[in-house]
Amino acid sequence: MSIAEATSSPQVPSGEVPTFTATIVVRRYDPESGEEAHWQEFAVTVHATDRILDALHSIKWEQDGSLTFRRSCAHGVCGSDAMRINGRNRLACKTLIKDLDIDKPIYVEPLKGLPVEKDLIVDMEPFFDAYRSVQPFLQPASVPENGRERNQSVVQRARFDDTTKCILCAACTTSCPVFWTDGQYFGPAAIVGAHRFIFDSRDDAGDVRLDILNDKEGVWRCRTTFNCTEACPRGIEVTKAIAEVKQALVRGI
Amino acid sequence: MSSTARPPVQIHEFDVVIVGAGGAGMRAAIEAGPKAKTAVISKLYPTRSHTGAAQGGMAAALANVEEDSWEWHTFDTIKGGDYLVDQDAAEILAKEAIDAVIDLENMGLPFNRTPDGKIDQRRFGGHTRDHGQAPVRRACYAADRTGHMILQTLYQNCIKHGIEFFNEYYVLDMILVDVDGVRRPSAVVAYELATGDIHVFRGKAFIFATGGYGKIYKTTSNAHTLTGDGVGIIYRRGLPLEDVEFFQFHPTGLAGLGILLSEAARGEGGILRNADGERFMERYTPSLKDLAPRDIVARSMANEVREGRGGGPHKDYVYLDLTHLEPAVIDAKLPDITEFARTYLGVEPYTEPVPVFPTAHYAMGGIPTTNDAEVLSNSTDIVPGLYAAGECACVSVHGANRLGTNSLLDINVFGKRAGNNAVEFARSADFLPLPDDAADGVIAMVEAARTADGGESVAAIRLELQTTMDRNAQVYRTEDSLSEALGVITSLRERYTRISTHDRGRRYNTDLLEAIELGFLLDLAEVLVYSALGRKESRGGHFREDYPTRDDEHFLVHTMAYRNDADSESESERIRIGWKPVVITNYPPMERKY
Repeated sequence: MSIAEATSSPQVPSGEVPTFTATIVVRRYDPESGEEAHWQEFAVTVHATDRILDALHSIKWEQDGSLTFRRSCAHGVCGSDAMRINGRNRLACKTLIKDLDIDKPIYVEPLKGLPVEKDLIVDMEPFFDAYRSVQPFLQPASVPENGRERNQSVVQRARFDDTTKCILCAACTTSCPVFWTDGQYFGPAAIVGAHRFIFDSRDDAGDVRLDILNDKEGVWRCRTTFNCTEACPRGIEVTKAIAEVKQALVRGI
Repeated sequence: MSSTARPPVQIHEFDVVIVGAGGAGMRAAIEAGPKAKTAVISKLYPTRSHTGAAQGGMAAALANVEEDSWEWHTFDTIKGGDYLVDQDAAEILAKEAIDAVIDLENMGLPFNRTPDGKIDQRRFGGHTRDHGQAPVRRACYAADRTGHMILQTLYQNCIKHGIEFFNEYYVLDMILVDVDGVRRPSAVVAYELATGDIHVFRGKAFIFATGGYGKIYKTTSNAHTLTGDGVGIIYRRGLPLEDVEFFQFHPTGLAGLGILLSEAARGEGGILRNADGERFMERYTPSLKDLAPRDIVARSMANEVREGRGGGPHKDYVYLDLTHLEPAVIDAKLPDITEFARTYLGVEPYTEPVPVFPTAHYAMGGIPTTNDAEVLSNSTDIVPGLYAAGECACVSVHGANRLGTNSLLDINVFGKRAGNNAVEFARSADFLPLPDDAADGVIAMVEAARTADGGESVAAIRLELQTTMDRNAQVYRTEDSLSEALGVITSLRERYTRISTHDRGRRYNTDLLEAIELGFLLDLAEVLVYSALGRKESRGGHFREDYPTRDDEHFLVHTMAYRNDADSESESERIRIGWKPVVITNYPPMERKY
């Protein structure tokens, strides 16, 4: 149907966006207070369109200003607000409350496996240390001539497309049972970061990164539980990327 | 835990101190880091910066897919900015764009490729061949996440160069000292989120790359953290702000959230409707209808809401209707934006219209700089050793309206210039004396916020500010609306002196930070509104209904707003307005028609 023929108006929603009361149970911890970590329940009036981040803001702005969490872009691209929501790692800004079972309390707690600093804030340094240690930057053997771009075919570019989507939110790494029990393990995100360069046709340091990941705390710790793939808010096939790095170690890049 | 003991103060010394770790800050760091002892201070982790939210592309006349030239790009930028662009700066932007893109590719950025392996390019609004003849493919891109890839690539190269970051440190003040009658920066003072400690960073050269301040508005595509702290610090220290009245609104943001829905939705046949289901653009632009230029569409949408024909519980948005399009067309042509609608509004675009409203997107104005990224202390003189780049700065390459894909370009071209020039300056400069009381202002500010118990809610004041800015200083402005906004801001400033916070701790106290950020938002909103009152014409993103035409005779000049008497009860005594000439080289101002 052309625009000119599109004369009938759609059913435009006319009433209020439905509101309801959700029970949000937040894991609280503040070492300055001297109290142990504990759960605290909040009743929050939310709109059907609200996300967990909106509920946390509502608590912070209207009930308890001391509730502490990270957030920035609020639409799933900056990676600040990964947390455990009803036992699953998600971004608070991408989790619609109405998609959860609102007849039951919604449990919100910090990512598992990283030291909790305060409430929902964890220490991200071990996570970024692991990322930095895989040398996540292009290392070409030569400089392109005549001051232009390196050539790369569409197929070569597509080879590592999936792992360029990573926003370093840590949802994958902190969903990994191996990482929970062994904080020395590089974790899925660092391997994703390495994969992005190992399979980039312009890079010549793949062997160096593979050596790093062949470490006893490297890719072989992965037990292929697929938690990481399920947790990734960007839809990256994390487990597949790890498997490709394992294969490259066995068969070469 | 409400100890009143003075928090620890640590002193650091670096040759170059960069404030902000988005695109401009990290691009500067990549130049400065290998040549001088460099610190990058960021209120976030670098990869959280809002450069990462940019989607479309980065303009450069590579001519990889069709004929193009930097001169055409220069012209488009000047015309797009409604002739308020400084033309020598636009020429630099367009010329250096080519190297800027090649630099990023060489650093590893995974641009999309042409069939023969070069960087691919696509069309974008306002970018044309031969001075407006036809659209040209000038935007270099990486899928629909170009900003994400720029931010990642720059961070990765900062890792490569071993750049020293101070993450989650909030710079809240800059110390200027008098050297032979010239004010120069000696240090910046930061609050460490993790501990509550205060840090003084002495430096020889300083670069501000702190981004925008879209959070003065309620509906914005900007991150929660874009509160204009850096721009506010500059202003509070008596330095001018340029062209702050020019703020870009994108027509189709997801209602209430401000997340962008691309113009491609209307290009594929999408229709804007009001709450009655009426295709209202037929009344405003009968021939072009929904595909009229952005500023006209945004103003028309705002008018529907203002006249009570908006939808939703607060009647504060209109609808983007795609329901007459085949689902297969939507899937093939508009997958991302329809996914946004599903995720964030729970709206199924196949069958339901999507609530949209113009969203505050980009500050064209900011800290005035020369083409070498040197910060100006007035219309002619620089502040030696102080630089700014990116959205916080106003060179001015964007004038009254920025073209899409020119901001990712701006951060790279002028970030690089800032980095190199800061290193050059630092090589021949010494540390300036640090006053004994350098940290006292920030200590007092933080302690006041941490212990505040006056009863007023920070969140409530912020919401009222954002609401009045949306209502009175958005795409339509008049003397009355701006005066009303100014009145509201004045009353909010008074209430701000009596706020309460709840978190009395020192560690990760985001409660007190939100309070401090609100102070910057109030300052910048006031400057915007006051500057807008002074510009009695309509140009680019600034539309005055009481002065609906461009007036080159009186207003082909940059606004320069200075803080005057901060404590005065009269806003006209708090802010002083000056003017700076626009640099015209080859392009005499013409009527802006497309």
